[in-house]
Amino acid sequence: MISIKNLHASINGKEILKGINLEVKAGEIHAIMGPNGSGKSTLSSVLAGREDYDVTEGEVIFNGKNLLDMSAEDRAREGLFLAFQYPIEIPGVSNINFLKTAINEIRAYNGKEAIEAKDFLALIKEKQKLVELDSKLTGRSVNEGFSGGEKKRNEIFQMAILEPKLAILDETDSGLDIDALRIVANGVNKLHSKNNAFVVITHYQRLLDHIVPDFVHILFDGRIVKSGTKELALELEAKGYDEIKHQFEKLQG
Amino acid sequence: MSNDVLDDHIQNEYKWGFTTDIESETFAKGLNETVIRALSKKKNEPEWLLDIRLKAFKQWLTMPEPNNWAHVPYPKIDFQDISYYSAPKKKPELKSLDEVDPELLKTFEKLGISLEEQKRLSGVQSNIAVDAIFDSVSVKTTFRETLAEKGVIFCSLSEAVQEHPELIKKYMGMVVPFADNYYAALNTAVFSDGSFCYIPKGVRCPMELSTYFRINSSGTGQFERTLIVAEEGSYVSYLEGCTAPQRDENQLHAAVVEIIAHKNAEVKYSTVQNWYPGDKDGKGGIFNFVTKRGICLEENSKISWTQVETGSAITWKYPSVILKGDNSVGEFYSVAVTNNKQEADTGTKMIHIGKNTRSTIISKGISAGLSNNSYRGLVQIRKGAKNARNFSQCDSLLMGDTCGAHTFPYIEIKDKTAIVEHEATTSKIGEDQLFYCKQRGIDTEKAVALIVNGYCKEVLNKLPMEFAVEAQKLLAISLEGSVG
Repeated sequence: MISIKNLHASINGKEILKGINLEVKAGEIHAIMGPNGSGKSTLSSVLAGREDYDVTEGEVIFNGKNLLDMSAEDRAREGLFLAFQYPIEIPGVSNINFLKTAINEIRAYNGKEAIEAKDFLALIKEKQKLVELDSKLTGRSVNEGFSGGEKKRNEIFQMAILEPKLAILDETDSGLDIDALRIVANGVNKLHSKNNAFVVITHYQRLLDHIVPDFVHILFDGRIVKSGTKELALELEAKGYDEIKHQFEKLQG
Repeated sequence: MSNDVLDDHIQNEYKWGFTTDIESETFAKGLNETVIRALSKKKNEPEWLLDIRLKAFKQWLTMPEPNNWAHVPYPKIDFQDISYYSAPKKKPELKSLDEVDPELLKTFEKLGISLEEQKRLSGVQSNIAVDAIFDSVSVKTTFRETLAEKGVIFCSLSEAVQEHPELIKKYMGMVVPFADNYYAALNTAVFSDGSFCYIPKGVRCPMELSTYFRINSSGTGQFERTLIVAEEGSYVSYLEGCTAPQRDENQLHAAVVEIIAHKNAEVKYSTVQNWYPGDKDGKGGIFNFVTKRGICLEENSKISWTQVETGSAITWKYPSVILKGDNSVGEFYSVAVTNNKQEADTGTKMIHIGKNTRSTIISKGISAGLSNNSYRGLVQIRKGAKNARNFSQCDSLLMGDTCGAHTFPYIEIKDKTAIVEHEATTSKIGEDQLFYCKQRGIDTEKAVALIVNGYCKEVLNKLPMEFAVEAQKLLAISLEGSVG
């Protein structure tokens, strides 16, 4: 699905990612954990094509194509989705209109005709149920006046509508109460199939009680310093990041 | 985004910049009493109208040119270097379309304005009556007969002067006095044509009325007057559109629009202003110095102005409402877009005189490039205007950091029972908003259009359907590539 090799990226001359290597196959769920400032959000931004970052080294192959050569919108059209840590408000633009524009842009790119109005409405209804999103919210302006939890749920709703091949969830769990967390996780689990993949970026282990990852990676100072299975997350939870930090610094020293 | 991408986008063409090659009769440049007399004679005007013109001209000569108004300095205009009358030679005294010069028909066709009544415009049966004004004269007014059945008069002002002199004499100058301001005085002296619209008592005008202004000749100015009178209990929705060829010179458009609403009458006036804005270095473009004012003369009358301003090098206009009748309502909904080196200083005046009068002002400014965009508005509650209410909302949207947005609300309250609210916001089209859209597969251009249309929604919703669609497209075109 996606193959990241020796990825280096910097912002304003400061290097944040210092050689990331990661291989995600279809059907897999990967979790990336790490302390604040380790480069988690930078990784998701760079993969999604945010232009503030300079990629200085490395390559990313997404479904056989060079991801880093593509514009942000083309990456999305190729099937890469980012659930934002802080979803953006767009006043005056209804969620429905926004999604319809998005879905038709993606379809046009892939040589498909615009979606029929009635098919679109059916899709909306179906996916609304999936993420237990209040139908009132779909008619409102994108994220405007939404609570933190509603915004995150709206991200998962958009993901459900756009059906990406690879979804990156950037700290989707932050700011969620336990019920919202369950709903978001359920949404992801229902959407998960052997044809798609998820990269779940999180600070805490608790999301991984609901979304069970195949692999867990620990990001520290711009590198993946440790990879393992679900147990690694539990170990991390028990010992805290200080342990990792200590080990890593010793390795470096 | 890199500057190259930005530049690519900005160099979009002004689609309406072509010139029609047509034989015109154009007055020699210059302005004096002889020119005004010649103009009046050309139009076969009655003596009283010539007197008004001459009086206005005399007054105009004594008035100082406001060439450093507010934030908007502009080069001194040489009024002797303008021709005050230019008309296609085949004087269209028309009974049918066949007599209109085909070049003119083609011109309006090209602008998307159909002068054929049966013609389907973009697949929709045209339900808009059009008065097409080409340089100084009205070329054709459609649906006149259909409207006449209801007693609605819709014709060029020149014709109205001949056919309904009593109405013109009674109403012209009632709201905008002949020497109200520098450009209104000039207009009174030299106005060449315009539209006249009269809705009789109790009639709901069966279709939208519209005037389409086209400047074609070079070295000319366009000075037209529009007069709309809505008798008791009547209703009309009026639209105005305009374009001009792309030229290096600045051309002056100094119009006057007057609206009179009697008891229980309602007039909705919508403008989509798309005069040539000049090139990206600020060369050329129209100076759009316009006086628009309406009066709610009697109780329960209502006037609303909706405008989408995307064109002109400089725009000054303050469509206003004098709320004289008790319980009358004034509204102003505006979207003003400036890009490159355009300047816009626009807003409204709401003058509350009657009791329980209400006014609403929604202004959305969008600035991009090196442009400046100002909202300037006055809310005046006169003594005795009991329980007057005003709500104003002035929002500014900035694209990039080289443009300016300014808000100048003036509030004068002479009656303690008034309630006046003012809200203002300034925001920037964020990188974040754009990136969010792009991450969902929407490219920059579509994203800007989406965000801007969302921002302007409250105003665009007030436009008649056909116009709203046009306006949305126009907004997108005007702002193409303005975000980096």
